[in-house]
Amino acid sequence: MVSKNLETIYVMWLREMKRFFRAKSRVVGTLAMPFFFLLAMGFGLKPSFNFPGMPQNINYLDFLVPGIIGMTMLFNSMFAGISVLWDKEFGFLKEIMVSPAKRPAIVLGRIAGGVTTALFQGFLLLIISLFLGFHIVNPFGIFLAFIFMILIGIGFIGFGVAIASVMEDTQGFSLIMQLIVFPIFLLSGVFFPVSNFPSWLKIIALADPLTYGVDGLRGALINFSQISLPLNLIILSLFAFSMVVFGSWLFSKSQV
Amino acid sequence: MLAIEVKNLTKEFNGLKAVNNVTFEVKQGEIFGLLGPNGAGKTTTVKMLTTLLKPTKGKANVWGYDILTQRDEVRNSIGIVFQEPALDNRLTGYENLDFHARLYGLNKTKREKRIKEVLDLVELQDKAKVLVKNYSGGMQRRLEIARGLMHYPKVLFLDEPTLGLDTQTRRHIWDYVLKLNQKEGTTIILTTHYMEEADFLCQRTAIIDFGKIIVNDTPFNLKNILGGDVLSIEAEPAKEAFNVFQEFSWVKKVSQHNGFIDLTVEQGEKKIPLLMKIDQKEKGFEIKSVNLRKPTLEDVFLHFTGRTIREREASQSEKNKMMMRGRFKR
Repeated sequence: MVSKNLETIYVMWLREMKRFFRAKSRVVGTLAMPFFFLLAMGFGLKPSFNFPGMPQNINYLDFLVPGIIGMTMLFNSMFAGISVLWDKEFGFLKEIMVSPAKRPAIVLGRIAGGVTTALFQGFLLLIISLFLGFHIVNPFGIFLAFIFMILIGIGFIGFGVAIASVMEDTQGFSLIMQLIVFPIFLLSGVFFPVSNFPSWLKIIALADPLTYGVDGLRGALINFSQISLPLNLIILSLFAFSMVVFGSWLFSKSQV
Repeated sequence: MLAIEVKNLTKEFNGLKAVNNVTFEVKQGEIFGLLGPNGAGKTTTVKMLTTLLKPTKGKANVWGYDILTQRDEVRNSIGIVFQEPALDNRLTGYENLDFHARLYGLNKTKREKRIKEVLDLVELQDKAKVLVKNYSGGMQRRLEIARGLMHYPKVLFLDEPTLGLDTQTRRHIWDYVLKLNQKEGTTIILTTHYMEEADFLCQRTAIIDFGKIIVNDTPFNLKNILGGDVLSIEAEPAKEAFNVFQEFSWVKKVSQHNGFIDLTVEQGEKKIPLLMKIDQKEKGFEIKSVNLRKPTLEDVFLHFTGRTIREREASQSEKNKMMMRGRFKR
Protein backbone atom coordinates (compact mmCIF):
# COMPACT_ATOMS: atom_id res chain seq x y z
CA MET A 1 0.00 0.00 0.00
CA VAL A 2 2.76 2.41 1.05
CA SER A 3 4.83 1.49 -1.99
CA LYS A 4 1.84 2.15 -4.26
CA ASN A 5 1.43 5.63 -2.81
CA LEU A 6 5.15 6.29 -3.17
CA GLU A 7 4.89 5.19 -6.79
CA THR A 8 2.04 7.67 -7.31
CA ILE A 9 4.07 10.48 -5.76
CA TYR A 10 7.07 9.49 -7.83
CA VAL A 11 5.23 9.35 -11.14
CA MET A 12 3.56 12.73 -10.56
CA TRP A 13 7.01 14.15 -9.74
CA LEU A 14 8.56 12.50 -12.81
CA ARG A 15 5.90 13.95 -15.08
CA GLU A 16 6.54 17.45 -13.73
CA MET A 17 10.29 17.08 -14.26
CA LYS A 18 9.83 16.00 -17.87
CA ARG A 19 7.34 18.74 -18.63
CA PHE A 20 9.41 21.41 -16.93
CA PHE A 21 12.75 20.68 -18.53
CA ARG A 22 11.18 20.27 -21.96
CA ALA A 23 9.64 23.73 -21.79
CA LYS A 24 12.77 25.83 -21.95
CA SER A 25 10.74 29.01 -22.27
CA ARG A 26 9.12 28.30 -18.91
CA VAL A 27 12.50 28.02 -17.20
CA VAL A 28 13.56 31.39 -18.58
CA GLY A 29 10.15 33.02 -18.40
CA THR A 30 9.55 32.46 -14.71
CA LEU A 31 13.04 33.68 -13.86
CA ALA A 32 12.76 36.87 -15.87
CA MET A 33 10.39 38.80 -13.61
CA PRO A 34 12.27 38.27 -10.33
CA PHE A 35 15.52 38.97 -12.13
CA PHE A 36 14.31 42.33 -13.42
CA PHE A 37 12.90 43.23 -10.02
CA LEU A 38 16.28 42.45 -8.54
CA LEU A 39 18.07 44.50 -11.13
CA ALA A 40 15.82 47.57 -11.12
CA MET A 41 14.91 47.77 -7.45
CA GLY A 42 18.19 46.44 -6.16
CA PHE A 43 20.38 48.92 -7.94
CA GLY A 44 17.82 51.70 -8.16
CA LEU A 45 17.04 51.89 -4.48
CA LYS A 46 20.40 50.79 -3.13
CA PRO A 47 21.86 54.29 -2.54
CA SER A 48 18.78 55.80 -0.94
CA PHE A 49 17.64 53.18 1.51
CA ASN A 50 18.67 52.76 5.07
CA PHE A 51 16.28 51.18 7.49
CA PRO A 52 16.48 51.88 11.18
CA GLY A 53 18.05 48.96 12.97
CA MET A 54 19.65 47.47 9.88
CA PRO A 55 23.30 46.50 10.38
CA GLN A 56 25.82 48.72 8.56
CA ASN A 57 27.35 45.85 6.61
CA ILE A 58 24.06 45.11 4.85
CA ASN A 59 23.00 47.17 1.86
CA TYR A 60 19.65 47.24 0.10
CA LEU A 61 20.59 44.60 -2.46
CA ASP A 62 21.45 42.21 0.36
CA PHE A 63 18.11 43.01 1.95
CA LEU A 64 16.25 42.47 -1.30
CA VAL A 65 17.71 39.16 -2.49
CA PRO A 66 16.11 36.89 0.16
CA GLY A 67 12.81 38.61 -0.52
CA ILE A 68 13.07 38.04 -4.26
CA ILE A 69 13.93 34.39 -3.64
CA GLY A 70 10.79 34.16 -1.51
CA MET A 71 8.86 35.78 -4.33
CA THR A 72 10.22 33.31 -6.88
CA MET A 73 9.16 30.47 -4.62
CA LEU A 74 5.70 32.01 -4.21
CA PHE A 75 5.03 32.50 -7.91
CA ASN A 76 6.40 29.16 -9.03
CA SER A 77 4.59 27.31 -6.27
CA MET A 78 1.24 28.97 -6.87
CA PHE A 79 1.65 28.24 -10.55
CA ALA A 80 2.50 24.60 -9.88
CA GLY A 81 -0.55 24.23 -7.66
CA ILE A 82 -2.93 25.96 -10.02
CA SER A 83 -1.62 23.87 -12.93
CA VAL A 84 -4.32 21.41 -11.81
CA LEU A 85 -6.60 23.77 -13.73
CA TRP A 86 -4.66 23.29 -16.93
CA ASP A 87 -4.88 19.54 -16.51
CA LYS A 88 -8.62 20.05 -16.12
CA GLU A 89 -8.74 22.18 -19.27
CA PHE A 90 -6.74 19.72 -21.36
CA GLY A 91 -8.64 16.72 -20.03
CA PHE A 92 -5.65 15.04 -18.41
CA LEU A 93 -7.12 15.46 -14.93
CA LYS A 94 -9.80 12.91 -15.83
CA GLU A 95 -7.09 10.37 -16.56
CA ILE A 96 -5.70 10.97 -13.07
CA MET A 97 -9.05 11.09 -11.29
CA VAL A 98 -10.37 7.88 -12.79
CA SER A 99 -7.33 5.95 -11.55
CA PRO A 100 -7.31 4.15 -8.22
CA ALA A 101 -4.35 6.25 -7.04
CA LYS A 102 -4.99 7.85 -3.65
CA ARG A 103 -5.91 11.52 -3.92
CA PRO A 104 -3.55 12.77 -1.17
CA ALA A 105 -0.70 10.90 -2.86
CA ILE A 106 -1.54 12.66 -6.13
CA VAL A 107 -1.42 16.03 -4.37
CA LEU A 108 1.84 15.14 -2.60
CA GLY A 109 3.33 14.13 -5.95
CA ARG A 110 2.35 17.44 -7.45
CA ILE A 111 3.87 19.22 -4.46
CA ALA A 112 7.09 17.21 -4.82
CA GLY A 113 7.32 18.16 -8.48
CA GLY A 114 6.45 21.81 -7.89
CA VAL A 115 8.86 22.20 -4.98
CA THR A 116 11.68 20.72 -7.06
CA THR A 117 11.18 23.09 -9.97
CA ALA A 118 10.64 26.09 -7.68
CA LEU A 119 13.80 25.24 -5.72
CA PHE A 120 15.67 24.97 -8.98
CA GLN A 121 14.50 28.47 -9.93
CA GLY A 122 15.20 29.85 -6.47
CA PHE A 123 18.76 28.57 -6.47
CA LEU A 124 19.39 29.82 -9.97
CA LEU A 125 18.33 33.24 -8.76
CA LEU A 126 20.57 32.99 -5.70
CA ILE A 127 23.53 32.22 -7.94
CA ILE A 128 22.67 35.10 -10.27
CA SER A 129 22.40 37.46 -7.30
CA LEU A 130 25.90 36.45 -6.16
CA PHE A 131 27.19 37.80 -9.45
CA LEU A 132 25.23 41.01 -8.90
CA GLY A 133 27.04 41.60 -5.63
CA PHE A 134 24.94 39.82 -3.04
CA HIS A 135 27.02 38.49 -0.20
CA ILE A 136 25.81 35.77 2.05
CA VAL A 137 26.62 36.79 5.61
CA ASN A 138 26.20 33.32 7.01
CA PRO A 139 27.27 30.48 4.66
CA PHE A 140 25.71 27.83 6.90
CA GLY A 141 22.50 29.77 6.53
CA ILE A 142 22.11 28.33 3.03
CA PHE A 143 20.97 25.08 4.57
CA LEU A 144 18.41 26.90 6.69
CA ALA A 145 17.31 28.95 3.68
CA PHE A 146 16.80 25.68 1.84
CA ILE A 147 14.34 24.57 4.51
CA PHE A 148 12.46 27.86 4.35
CA MET A 149 12.25 27.61 0.59
CA ILE A 150 10.83 24.10 0.79
CA LEU A 151 8.24 25.17 3.35
CA ILE A 152 7.15 28.16 1.24
CA GLY A 153 6.90 25.79 -1.73
CA ILE A 154 4.82 23.14 0.04
CA GLY A 155 2.48 25.72 1.56
CA PHE A 156 1.71 27.64 -1.59
CA ILE A 157 1.45 24.62 -3.87
CA GLY A 158 -1.09 23.17 -1.43
CA PHE A 159 -2.87 26.52 -1.48
CA GLY A 160 -2.81 26.57 -5.29
CA VAL A 161 -4.23 23.04 -5.50
CA ALA A 162 -6.99 24.06 -3.10
CA ILE A 163 -7.93 27.06 -5.25
CA ALA A 164 -7.73 25.06 -8.49
CA SER A 165 -9.96 22.35 -7.02
CA VAL A 166 -12.87 24.73 -6.52
CA MET A 167 -12.43 26.59 -9.83
CA GLU A 168 -14.22 25.42 -12.96
CA ASP A 169 -11.80 26.57 -15.65
CA THR A 170 -8.78 28.78 -16.34
CA GLN A 171 -10.95 31.88 -16.79
CA GLY A 172 -10.42 33.06 -13.23
CA PHE A 173 -6.67 32.60 -13.27
CA SER A 174 -5.72 36.26 -13.71
CA LEU A 175 -8.20 37.19 -11.01
CA ILE A 176 -6.44 34.82 -8.64
CA MET A 177 -3.09 36.30 -9.57
CA GLN A 178 -4.22 39.87 -8.99
CA LEU A 179 -6.43 39.43 -5.96
CA ILE A 180 -4.48 36.78 -4.09
CA VAL A 181 -0.93 36.26 -5.30
CA PHE A 182 0.10 39.88 -5.75
CA PRO A 183 -1.16 41.04 -2.33
CA ILE A 184 0.61 38.09 -0.71
CA PHE A 185 3.77 39.09 -2.53
CA LEU A 186 3.61 42.85 -1.89
CA LEU A 187 2.58 42.64 1.75
CA SER A 188 5.22 40.11 2.75
CA GLY A 189 7.99 42.66 3.12
CA VAL A 190 9.93 41.73 0.03
CA PHE A 191 10.92 45.34 -0.70
CA PHE A 192 10.94 46.88 2.78
CA PRO A 193 10.62 45.71 6.35
CA VAL A 194 7.09 45.00 7.49
CA SER A 195 7.77 47.35 10.41
CA ASN A 196 7.50 50.26 7.97
CA PHE A 197 3.78 49.60 7.54
CA PRO A 198 1.20 51.46 9.64
CA SER A 199 -0.14 49.22 12.35
CA TRP A 200 -3.38 48.24 10.56
CA LEU A 201 -1.44 47.12 7.48
CA LYS A 202 1.09 45.42 9.70
CA ILE A 203 -1.69 43.18 11.01
CA ILE A 204 -2.52 42.12 7.48
CA ALA A 205 1.17 41.59 6.72
CA LEU A 206 1.48 39.37 9.77
CA ALA A 207 -1.45 37.31 8.53
CA ASP A 208 0.44 36.76 5.28
CA PRO A 209 2.33 33.46 5.51
CA LEU A 210 4.98 34.62 3.06
CA THR A 211 6.03 37.31 5.57
CA TYR A 212 7.46 34.55 7.75
CA GLY A 213 9.12 32.93 4.77
CA VAL A 214 10.80 36.13 3.62
CA ASP A 215 11.82 37.08 7.15
CA GLY A 216 13.15 33.58 7.74
CA LEU A 217 15.17 33.69 4.53
CA ARG A 218 16.67 37.01 5.61
CA GLY A 219 17.54 35.63 8.98
CA ALA A 220 19.16 32.62 7.37
CA LEU A 221 21.11 34.38 4.62
CA ILE A 222 21.98 37.84 6.00
CA ASN A 223 21.45 37.42 9.74
CA PHE A 224 18.79 40.11 9.80
CA SER A 225 15.26 39.18 10.79
CA GLN A 226 12.49 40.99 12.60
CA ILE A 227 10.76 37.88 13.85
CA SER A 228 12.72 35.16 15.61
CA LEU A 229 13.83 32.32 13.35
CA PRO A 230 12.18 29.52 15.35
CA LEU A 231 8.88 31.39 15.30
CA ASN A 232 9.18 31.87 11.53
CA LEU A 233 9.88 28.20 11.17
CA ILE A 234 6.97 27.11 13.34
CA ILE A 235 4.39 29.36 11.70
CA LEU A 236 5.53 28.47 8.20
CA SER A 237 5.50 24.75 9.01
CA LEU A 238 1.97 25.02 10.36
CA PHE A 239 0.93 26.87 7.22
CA ALA A 240 2.55 24.28 4.96
CA PHE A 241 1.01 21.36 6.83
CA SER A 242 -2.48 22.82 6.92
CA MET A 243 -2.35 23.70 3.22
CA VAL A 244 -1.36 20.14 2.31
CA VAL A 245 -4.33 18.83 4.28
CA PHE A 246 -6.69 21.51 2.94
CA GLY A 247 -5.54 21.09 -0.66
CA SER A 248 -5.79 17.29 -0.54
CA TRP A 249 -9.23 17.51 1.00
CA LEU A 250 -10.63 19.85 -1.62
CA PHE A 251 -8.90 17.94 -4.41
CA SER A 252 -10.43 14.65 -3.24
CA LYS A 253 -13.87 16.22 -3.24
CA SER A 254 -13.60 17.79 -6.69
CA GLN A 255 -15.53 16.26 -9.58
CA VAL A 256 -14.40 16.43 -13.18
CA MET B 1 -22.19 -11.88 -11.95
CA LEU B 2 -23.07 -9.11 -14.38
CA ALA B 3 -20.33 -6.81 -15.64
CA ILE B 4 -22.50 -3.75 -15.09
CA GLU B 5 -25.79 -3.39 -13.28
CA VAL B 6 -27.53 -0.03 -13.34
CA LYS B 7 -30.72 0.65 -11.41
CA ASN B 8 -32.78 3.84 -11.68
CA LEU B 9 -29.71 5.99 -12.14
CA THR B 10 -30.50 9.72 -12.21
CA LYS B 11 -28.30 12.79 -12.48
CA GLU B 12 -29.65 16.29 -12.17
CA PHE B 13 -27.80 19.49 -13.04
CA ASN B 14 -29.58 22.53 -11.61
CA GLY B 15 -32.89 20.70 -11.63
CA LEU B 16 -32.42 19.46 -15.20
CA LYS B 17 -32.39 15.71 -15.53
CA ALA B 18 -29.41 14.83 -17.73
CA VAL B 19 -29.91 11.16 -16.93
CA ASN B 20 -33.40 10.15 -15.96
CA ASN B 21 -34.09 6.88 -14.16
CA VAL B 22 -31.88 4.73 -16.34
CA THR B 23 -31.79 0.97 -15.82
CA PHE B 24 -29.76 -1.55 -17.79
CA GLU B 25 -27.39 -4.48 -17.51
CA VAL B 26 -24.24 -5.51 -19.33
CA LYS B 27 -23.10 -9.13 -19.38
CA GLN B 28 -19.50 -10.22 -19.04
CA GLY B 29 -17.61 -10.30 -22.32
CA GLU B 30 -20.29 -8.33 -24.11
CA ILE B 31 -19.96 -5.24 -26.29
CA PHE B 32 -22.81 -3.03 -25.19
CA GLY B 33 -23.78 0.24 -26.85
CA LEU B 34 -25.47 3.38 -25.64
CA LEU B 35 -26.80 4.96 -28.80
CA GLY B 36 -28.28 8.42 -28.92
CA PRO B 37 -27.83 12.01 -30.07
CA ASN B 38 -25.44 14.47 -28.41
CA GLY B 39 -26.82 15.66 -25.11
CA ALA B 40 -28.88 12.50 -24.58
CA GLY B 41 -27.02 11.73 -21.34
CA LYS B 42 -24.55 9.12 -22.55
CA THR B 43 -21.39 10.80 -21.28
CA THR B 44 -23.01 11.68 -17.97
CA THR B 45 -23.95 8.03 -17.54
CA VAL B 46 -20.37 6.97 -18.28
CA LYS B 47 -18.97 9.56 -15.89
CA MET B 48 -21.16 8.23 -13.10
CA LEU B 49 -20.21 4.61 -13.80
CA THR B 50 -16.52 5.54 -13.81
CA THR B 51 -16.77 7.38 -10.43
CA LEU B 52 -16.09 10.81 -11.91
CA LEU B 53 -19.57 12.09 -11.04
CA LYS B 54 -21.85 11.22 -8.18
CA PRO B 55 -25.40 10.26 -9.14
CA THR B 56 -28.30 12.26 -7.74
CA LYS B 57 -30.34 9.10 -7.30
CA GLY B 58 -30.10 5.43 -8.09
CA LYS B 59 -27.53 2.68 -7.82
CA ALA B 60 -25.00 0.99 -10.02
CA ASN B 61 -22.48 -1.81 -9.73
CA VAL B 62 -19.48 -2.19 -11.97
CA TRP B 63 -17.83 -5.61 -11.90
CA GLY B 64 -19.79 -6.26 -8.71
CA TYR B 65 -18.55 -3.13 -6.94
CA ASP B 66 -20.79 -0.28 -5.85
CA ILE B 67 -19.88 2.97 -7.63
CA LEU B 68 -20.56 4.98 -4.49
CA THR B 69 -19.10 2.91 -1.68
CA GLN B 70 -16.37 0.89 -3.45
CA ARG B 71 -14.88 3.50 -5.72
CA ASP B 72 -11.30 2.25 -5.53
CA GLU B 73 -12.37 -1.29 -6.48
CA VAL B 74 -14.42 0.10 -9.37
CA ARG B 75 -11.47 2.22 -10.52
CA ASN B 76 -9.22 -0.82 -10.43
CA SER B 77 -11.60 -2.81 -12.61
CA ILE B 78 -12.23 -0.31 -15.37
CA GLY B 79 -10.46 1.39 -18.23
CA ILE B 80 -11.82 4.38 -20.05
CA VAL B 81 -11.30 6.25 -23.29
CA PHE B 82 -12.78 9.70 -22.91
CA GLN B 83 -14.69 11.62 -25.55
CA GLU B 84 -12.27 14.56 -25.44
CA PRO B 85 -8.56 13.77 -25.56
CA ALA B 86 -7.06 13.18 -22.12
CA LEU B 87 -3.39 12.74 -22.98
CA ASP B 88 -0.40 14.73 -21.83
CA ASN B 89 0.78 16.39 -25.06
CA ARG B 90 4.21 17.17 -23.72
CA LEU B 91 4.99 13.52 -23.02
CA THR B 92 5.71 10.87 -25.62
CA GLY B 93 3.29 8.06 -26.34
CA TYR B 94 5.47 5.67 -24.37
CA GLU B 95 5.64 8.04 -21.42
CA ASN B 96 1.87 8.45 -21.36
CA LEU B 97 1.49 4.70 -21.13
CA ASP B 98 4.24 4.44 -18.53
CA PHE B 99 2.59 7.15 -16.42
CA HIS B 100 -0.68 5.26 -16.55
CA ALA B 101 0.88 1.93 -15.65
CA ARG B 102 2.65 3.38 -12.63
CA LEU B 103 -0.53 5.10 -11.49
CA TYR B 104 -2.20 1.69 -11.51
CA GLY B 105 0.70 0.09 -9.66
CA LEU B 106 2.10 -2.21 -12.36
CA ASN B 107 5.67 -3.29 -11.64
CA LYS B 108 8.56 -2.75 -14.05
CA THR B 109 8.51 -6.10 -15.89
CA LYS B 110 4.72 -6.09 -16.25
CA ARG B 111 4.83 -2.49 -17.36
CA GLU B 112 7.34 -2.97 -20.13
CA LYS B 113 5.70 -6.14 -21.41
CA ARG B 114 2.24 -4.61 -21.42
CA ILE B 115 3.27 -1.35 -23.08
CA LYS B 116 4.72 -3.38 -25.93
CA GLU B 117 1.55 -5.49 -26.18
CA VAL B 118 -0.89 -2.58 -26.32
CA LEU B 119 1.29 -0.61 -28.72
CA ASP B 120 1.31 -3.68 -30.96
CA LEU B 121 -2.45 -3.92 -30.78
CA VAL B 122 -3.01 -0.36 -31.98
CA GLU B 123 0.05 -0.41 -34.28
CA LEU B 124 1.85 2.54 -32.75
CA GLN B 125 5.22 0.90 -31.94
CA ASP B 126 7.17 3.15 -34.29
CA LYS B 127 5.59 6.32 -32.86
CA ALA B 128 6.19 5.42 -29.21
CA LYS B 129 9.04 7.88 -28.76
CA VAL B 130 7.27 10.80 -30.43
CA LEU B 131 5.69 13.59 -28.38
CA VAL B 132 1.91 13.24 -28.36
CA LYS B 133 1.42 16.81 -29.57
CA ASN B 134 2.82 15.63 -32.91
CA TYR B 135 0.25 12.81 -33.20
CA SER B 136 -2.72 13.01 -35.57
CA GLY B 137 -6.24 12.80 -34.14
CA GLY B 138 -6.55 9.16 -35.08
CA MET B 139 -3.19 8.27 -33.55
CA GLN B 140 -4.12 10.01 -30.33
CA ARG B 141 -7.34 8.04 -30.14
CA ARG B 142 -5.48 4.79 -30.75
CA LEU B 143 -3.01 5.68 -28.03
CA GLU B 144 -5.88 6.34 -25.66
CA ILE B 145 -7.39 2.97 -26.43
CA ALA B 146 -4.02 1.38 -25.77
CA ARG B 147 -3.78 3.26 -22.50
CA GLY B 148 -7.26 2.23 -21.46
CA LEU B 149 -6.11 -1.38 -21.79
CA MET B 150 -2.78 -1.02 -19.96
CA HIS B 151 -3.89 -2.33 -16.59
CA TYR B 152 -5.94 -5.28 -17.89
CA PRO B 153 -9.34 -3.76 -17.10
CA LYS B 154 -12.33 -6.06 -16.81
CA VAL B 155 -14.62 -3.42 -18.26
CA LEU B 156 -13.57 -0.87 -20.85
CA PHE B 157 -15.62 2.30 -21.39
CA LEU B 158 -15.35 3.94 -24.79
CA ASP B 159 -17.03 7.33 -24.92
CA GLU B 160 -17.62 8.19 -28.60
CA PRO B 161 -14.44 6.36 -29.65
CA THR B 162 -14.54 7.46 -33.30
CA LEU B 163 -15.92 10.99 -32.96
CA GLY B 164 -14.41 13.27 -35.60
CA LEU B 165 -12.31 10.57 -37.25
CA ASP B 166 -12.27 9.79 -40.96
CA THR B 167 -13.92 6.65 -42.28
CA GLN B 168 -10.73 4.68 -42.69
CA THR B 169 -9.46 5.40 -39.18
CA ARG B 170 -12.90 4.59 -37.82
CA ARG B 171 -12.77 1.19 -39.51
CA HIS B 172 -9.39 0.56 -37.92
CA ILE B 173 -10.63 1.46 -34.48
CA TRP B 174 -13.59 -0.86 -34.91
CA ASP B 175 -11.15 -3.65 -35.71
CA TYR B 176 -9.14 -2.95 -32.56
CA VAL B 177 -12.27 -2.93 -30.45
CA LEU B 178 -13.41 -6.28 -31.82
CA LYS B 179 -9.90 -7.70 -31.47
CA LEU B 180 -9.51 -6.80 -27.83
CA ASN B 181 -12.99 -8.01 -27.05
CA GLN B 182 -12.17 -11.37 -28.58
CA LYS B 183 -8.52 -11.71 -27.57
CA GLU B 184 -8.67 -10.38 -24.03
CA GLY B 185 -12.33 -10.99 -23.31
CA THR B 186 -12.75 -7.41 -22.18
CA THR B 187 -16.31 -6.31 -21.57
CA ILE B 188 -16.88 -3.13 -23.53
CA ILE B 189 -19.47 -0.45 -23.09
CA LEU B 190 -19.42 2.22 -25.76
CA THR B 191 -21.42 5.34 -26.39
CA THR B 192 -21.98 6.61 -29.87
CA HIS B 193 -24.27 8.66 -32.03
CA TYR B 194 -23.18 6.77 -35.15
CA MET B 195 -25.78 4.18 -36.08
CA GLU B 196 -23.39 2.08 -38.16
CA GLU B 197 -21.00 1.93 -35.23
CA ALA B 198 -23.54 0.57 -32.79
CA ASP B 199 -24.82 -1.80 -35.45
CA PHE B 200 -21.39 -3.10 -36.41
CA LEU B 201 -19.85 -3.47 -32.95
CA CYS B 202 -22.52 -4.00 -30.34
CA GLN B 203 -24.07 -7.26 -29.32
CA ARG B 204 -26.75 -5.28 -27.54
CA THR B 205 -27.70 -1.62 -27.81
CA ALA B 206 -29.78 0.70 -25.70
CA ILE B 207 -31.24 3.70 -27.48
CA ILE B 208 -31.18 6.73 -25.23
CA ASP B 209 -32.87 10.09 -25.74
CA PHE B 210 -33.47 12.98 -23.35
CA GLY B 211 -31.76 11.04 -20.57
CA LYS B 212 -34.10 8.07 -20.87
CA ILE B 213 -33.57 4.62 -22.30
CA ILE B 214 -36.23 4.09 -24.92
CA VAL B 215 -35.49 0.55 -25.96
CA ASN B 216 -32.76 -2.01 -25.32
CA ASP B 217 -32.07 -5.11 -27.42
CA THR B 218 -29.75 -6.63 -30.02
CA PRO B 219 -29.38 -4.48 -33.15
CA PHE B 220 -30.94 -7.37 -35.10
CA ASN B 221 -34.05 -7.49 -32.92
CA LEU B 222 -34.31 -3.71 -32.87
CA LYS B 223 -34.38 -3.59 -36.63
CA ASN B 224 -36.87 -6.46 -36.71
CA ILE B 225 -39.27 -4.36 -34.67
CA LEU B 226 -39.81 -2.44 -37.88
CA GLY B 227 -41.11 -5.62 -39.50
CA GLY B 228 -38.41 -6.33 -42.07
CA ASP B 229 -36.82 -4.96 -45.23
CA VAL B 230 -38.40 -2.45 -47.55
CA LEU B 231 -38.66 -3.00 -51.31
CA SER B 232 -39.28 0.30 -53.05
CA ILE B 233 -40.79 -0.35 -56.45
CA GLU B 234 -41.45 1.97 -59.33
CA ALA B 235 -44.18 0.52 -61.51
CA GLU B 236 -46.60 1.65 -64.22
CA PRO B 237 -49.48 1.89 -63.91
CA ALA B 238 -48.99 2.01 -60.17
CA LYS B 239 -52.58 1.22 -59.37
CA GLU B 240 -52.55 -2.19 -61.08
CA ALA B 241 -49.23 -3.08 -59.50
CA PHE B 242 -50.42 -2.03 -56.06
CA ASN B 243 -53.39 -4.40 -56.30
CA VAL B 244 -51.23 -7.30 -57.46
CA PHE B 245 -48.63 -6.84 -54.69
CA GLN B 246 -51.37 -6.82 -52.07
CA GLU B 247 -52.27 -10.37 -53.01
CA PHE B 248 -48.83 -11.87 -52.22
CA SER B 249 -48.63 -13.78 -48.94
CA TRP B 250 -44.97 -12.81 -48.41
CA VAL B 251 -45.76 -9.12 -48.41
CA LYS B 252 -46.45 -7.87 -44.90
CA LYS B 253 -47.39 -4.32 -45.70
CA VAL B 254 -47.92 -2.25 -48.84
CA SER B 255 -47.79 1.52 -48.88
CA GLN B 256 -47.52 4.14 -51.58
CA HIS B 257 -45.64 7.43 -51.51
CA ASN B 258 -43.92 9.74 -54.01
CA GLY B 259 -44.86 7.45 -56.84
CA PHE B 260 -43.12 4.49 -55.21
CA ILE B 261 -44.75 1.40 -53.80
CA ASP B 262 -43.09 0.24 -50.57
CA LEU B 263 -43.38 -3.42 -49.66
CA THR B 264 -42.41 -4.49 -46.18
CA VAL B 265 -40.99 -8.00 -46.46
CA GLU B 266 -38.62 -10.37 -44.69
CA GLN B 267 -35.27 -11.07 -46.31
CA GLY B 268 -35.81 -8.65 -49.16
CA GLU B 269 -32.95 -9.97 -51.30
CA LYS B 270 -34.82 -13.29 -51.70
CA LYS B 271 -38.02 -11.55 -52.71
CA ILE B 272 -36.58 -9.70 -55.71
CA PRO B 273 -36.47 -12.94 -57.79
CA LEU B 274 -40.13 -13.53 -56.90
CA LEU B 275 -40.95 -10.11 -58.32
CA MET B 276 -39.16 -11.09 -61.50
CA LYS B 277 -41.38 -14.15 -61.90
CA ILE B 278 -44.52 -12.01 -62.17
CA ASP B 279 -45.94 -12.19 -65.68
CA GLN B 280 -46.05 -8.46 -66.22
CA LYS B 281 -47.81 -8.62 -69.59
CA GLU B 282 -50.63 -10.70 -68.20
CA LYS B 283 -51.09 -8.53 -65.09
CA GLY B 284 -50.99 -5.37 -67.20
CA PHE B 285 -48.17 -3.34 -65.59
CA GLU B 286 -44.46 -2.83 -65.93
CA ILE B 287 -41.82 -2.76 -63.16
CA LYS B 288 -39.36 0.07 -63.86
CA SER B 289 -37.05 -0.22 -60.86
CA VAL B 290 -36.64 -2.10 -57.60
CA ASN B 291 -34.71 -0.79 -54.64
CA LEU B 292 -34.01 -2.91 -51.56
CA ARG B 293 -33.56 -1.03 -48.29
CA LYS B 294 -32.43 -2.78 -45.15
CA PRO B 295 -33.71 -0.99 -42.02
CA THR B 296 -30.98 0.77 -40.01
CA LEU B 297 -30.90 1.75 -36.38
CA GLU B 298 -31.65 5.23 -37.68
CA ASP B 299 -35.06 3.90 -38.76
CA VAL B 300 -35.47 2.38 -35.32
CA PHE B 301 -34.65 5.70 -33.66
CA LEU B 302 -37.08 7.41 -36.00
CA HIS B 303 -39.73 4.82 -35.21
CA PHE B 304 -39.48 5.36 -31.45
CA THR B 305 -38.84 9.11 -31.22
CA GLY B 306 -40.50 10.41 -34.35
CA ARG B 307 -37.26 12.09 -35.47
CA THR B 308 -33.92 11.04 -36.85
CA ILE B 309 -30.82 11.43 -34.72
CA ARG B 310 -29.50 14.11 -37.04
CA GLU B 311 -32.67 16.15 -36.62
CA ARG B 312 -32.44 15.79 -32.86
CA GLU B 313 -28.87 17.00 -32.92
CA ALA B 314 -29.70 19.95 -35.12
CA SER B 315 -32.37 21.08 -32.69
CA GLN B 316 -29.96 20.50 -29.81
CA SER B 317 -27.28 22.73 -31.35
CA GLU B 318 -29.98 25.36 -32.00
CA LYS B 319 -30.76 25.23 -28.29
CA ASN B 320 -27.09 25.59 -27.38
CA LYS B 321 -26.76 28.59 -29.65
CA MET B 322 -29.74 30.20 -27.99
CA MET B 323 -28.17 29.58 -24.60
CA MET B 324 -24.89 31.13 -25.71
CA ARG B 325 -26.71 34.17 -27.04
CA GLY B 326 -28.56 34.51 -23.76
CA ARG B 327 -25.25 34.40 -21.92
CA PHE B 328 -23.72 37.20 -23.94
CA LYS B 329 -26.72 39.42 -23.43
CA ARG B 330 -26.21 39.35 -19.68
